[in-house]
Amino acid sequence: MSDTPSPLFEFLLRQGDSALVLGHRTSEWCGLAPAIEEDIALANIALDLIGQAKLWLEYAGEEEGAGRTANDLAFLRDAYDFRNLLMLELPNEDFGRTIMRHFFYDAFEVPWLEALSASSDERVSHIAQKAAKEAIYHLERSEDAVIALGDGTEESNQRMQKALNDLWPFAGEVFRDDDIDRAMHDGAIAPLPSSLQSVWKMRVQSALQRAYLTLPDSEFAHSGGRVGFRHTEHLGHMLATMQFLQRAYPGATW
Amino acid sequence: MVDKDSPNSKGPDETSSTKDEWPLWEIFIRGQHGMSHRHVGSLHAADAKHAIKNARDVYTRRNEGVSIWVVEASNIAASSPSDKGPLFDPSRDKVYRHPTFYDLPDEAGNM
Repeated sequence: MSDTPSPLFEFLLRQGDSALVLGHRTSEWCGLAPAIEEDIALANIALDLIGQAKLWLEYAGEEEGAGRTANDLAFLRDAYDFRNLLMLELPNEDFGRTIMRHFFYDAFEVPWLEALSASSDERVSHIAQKAAKEAIYHLERSEDAVIALGDGTEESNQRMQKALNDLWPFAGEVFRDDDIDRAMHDGAIAPLPSSLQSVWKMRVQSALQRAYLTLPDSEFAHSGGRVGFRHTEHLGHMLATMQFLQRAYPGATW
Repeated sequence: MVDKDSPNSKGPDETSSTKDEWPLWEIFIRGQHGMSHRHVGSLHAADAKHAIKNARDVYTRRNEGVSIWVVEASNIAASSPSDKGPLFDPSRDKVYRHPTFYDLPDEAGNM
């Protein structure tokens, strides 16, 4: 491993870790969702995300050149080496928060992956093209669910408003460009995340309006997950569960 | 999901009708090589759009389909089991109705 990882490696970790962490959180619903149809749908989405994580992390391992596989990166790194968005590592809490979180993420991922499909890096472009199709379906689902639950019963509306209030301070993290983002932008590998903020916000605002939900009046955004500066206390607990098998039985395979 | 109102509800205040279940939908899938949609099962969903999505997730996970139809189960009119005799028995002894007494040219394709 070289002393300073390449910007592309960092970028690929960010892509892969966000997909992996949300994929794992989503998989925690398996057998517990409020309706069997939603249970199966969430399991499908979790599998899509874990599949995406595998592609990004495989490429990250090759780019790093230290012989680490996607599995090594997923199961043998500790919390401070993860580069996922903070919002995605928060506990599921209830179905409302899960759906709202997916909606925030999907509404970013669709334009993001569509832009990455035109990346100057052929491998990034291929992964993005595959993932974009999945993301479009995820967004259709999460957006409809946000509207249905917001415009549902008094209780469902209140729960969605609470989910919105809880998650809003985390929603802006993805749009804070840093040196890695600028290096990707300079190499035409990816657009600046901040360039997608207005598209994202328009889509989110329009759905929330139809859902009778009120956008919090604050631009404050937690940060630190994507750049690896500081995670919430929840990530370590999640990894303890997710990584248990590989930690207890190193190298175990099917 | 906790949404129990009709898909056309006008706002969160209209909660007077609280049904416990989404309506039941019958699902029909046309497969990769199939000529017609076939009944594959049923599921619950809030409305038709939701039913198509759920059908996609429940019944096409293994690349089974190219097209989905959904029909709300309550809209299906069904024959009564007690009418089985008069409805179906009379055709039993009319073997000449089966197209097995002549050869079908290949050019005719699927019948």
